[in-house]
Amino acid sequence: MTETTSARVSALRPAFQQPTPPAKIETRNLNFFYGNSHAVKGVNLTLREKRVTALIGPSGCGKSTLLRIFNRIYAVYPKQRAEGEVLLDGKNILSKDYSINRLRTKVGMVFQKPVPFPMSIYDNVAYAIRHYENLSRADMDQRVEEALRAGAIWDEVKDKLKQSALGLSGGQQQRLCIARAVALKPEVLLLDEPTSALDPLSTAKIEQLVDELKSRYTLLIVTHNMQQAARVSDFTGFMFLGELIEYGTTDDLFTKPTKKQTEDYVTGRFG
Amino acid sequence: MSSWTRRQLKDYVAKALAIAATLFGLFWLAWILWTTVSNGLPALKWELFTQMTPPPGQDGGLLNAFAGSIIMSGLAVLIATPIGIAAGTYLAEYARHTKLGATIRFVNDILLSAPSIVIGLFVYELMVRQMGHFSALAGAVALSFIVLPVVVRTTDEMLQLVPSTMREAALALGIPQWKVIRQVLYRAALSGIITGVLLAIARISGETAPLLFTALNNQYWTNDLTQPMANVPVVIFQYALSPYEFWHSLAWAGAFVVTILVLVLGLISRGLLLSRKSHD
Repeated sequence: MTETTSARVSALRPAFQQPTPPAKIETRNLNFFYGNSHAVKGVNLTLREKRVTALIGPSGCGKSTLLRIFNRIYAVYPKQRAEGEVLLDGKNILSKDYSINRLRTKVGMVFQKPVPFPMSIYDNVAYAIRHYENLSRADMDQRVEEALRAGAIWDEVKDKLKQSALGLSGGQQQRLCIARAVALKPEVLLLDEPTSALDPLSTAKIEQLVDELKSRYTLLIVTHNMQQAARVSDFTGFMFLGELIEYGTTDDLFTKPTKKQTEDYVTGRFG
Repeated sequence: MSSWTRRQLKDYVAKALAIAATLFGLFWLAWILWTTVSNGLPALKWELFTQMTPPPGQDGGLLNAFAGSIIMSGLAVLIATPIGIAAGTYLAEYARHTKLGATIRFVNDILLSAPSIVIGLFVYELMVRQMGHFSALAGAVALSFIVLPVVVRTTDEMLQLVPSTMREAALALGIPQWKVIRQVLYRAALSGIITGVLLAIARISGETAPLLFTALNNQYWTNDLTQPMANVPVVIFQYALSPYEFWHSLAWAGAFVVTILVLVLGLISRGLLLSRKSHD
């Protein structure tokens, strides 16, 4: 974002009267390849601290691919690779020296389909904490409760913590997954189309939750749903054919896009 | 005849042929079961489980044969299951899309369908000839060669059925791969892996050829794994070929018990797979 647009936004919108928050994640000439297929092309994107950034664009435009770079989850698959720089607090997470497991404690992720582990509700949250911290029973109970509250699901599950998480509804499972990610006290939370498998009511709950979470975390949400992007995000990036076509405050991008492609997409003329 | 009735007629003929083929297959199965039940059930007595295999002309049971079968099958499962699960895990989690993995999978499938008499001969050369005599240990090793590919195959397949998003979700928490496999993926695939082991037990409970060349038989009770050991399939084989009426009835009783065991194992594994499905 340039200085002038930032100044204009500050004048227009009370919410942005405070100065633009510092960058949490910054990408520099980021490229991504599935084997020989070039899926993300020269992206320069900045995620602002404790703000929600949304990525929109038609299917296959590379928005999920871009999100999956930020915790290097793509590295599970041998033929996928990223080139360029992704700076988290100024350090390049793509460099070999950056511990992948440390990165993932800082950058949590929630997937399109809820994936509870085949264990109890309690253990779903406690599992990852146990891996990092040796807590007493009482402290662990405390941490699990905090996480489930942060996931806005505590009231629904507090009486059945020992029951299998597989018995929860889809929407509850997704909030459990958010709680599980939040339990590790990450700094960034990646949400990959978190509501596309959910009904409207569950979707509303998740969106409300996103709003609450941004006071503590930097969020990146990939969504097919433009209304959702407009509702939950502060900044929006529009991607098309692997390129970041336009990026700015959500208000600007939806009301006065500067690029023709963006305008066509947000007004529903294609995609 | 209109084309509609002609088509209808073809449909009837096809259906009738399909049903006839099914009945033909089921008929033999029912006959085999009927023969086993009608001969085995009357021969079933309490002494079967309390007395040793008798010499000709005396009363007795199959206690030593049952015990020997349990010991050797148990040992075979103990040997083959850890190796099989480890190998299946390697195939599914570390070598899924590699050439090496595909090659190992192919070789394992060959071992899976290898005639059991070949395995018996192999272990005969490998152990019996070296030791100079038949032994329970050789029998267990031969059976483990039959269990192994079954466990490798089911572990591989069951882990591959675990959605990749579950892997990603666990790895995204920063947990190392070996822990993810042990603590999340095994849990998700557990009932399937146990089913594989149960089916392998069902398979070896009736295997005669590999034991004929390795454990042979023993008319008495033994706990010595370096000595020949009695076992149900070989006892059935020998008694059924004998001229003695009482031995025949013991052989039928043994066959009946093995059939029931296979049936029960089959039912348990079905139940496990169904409960797994209802979880998903």
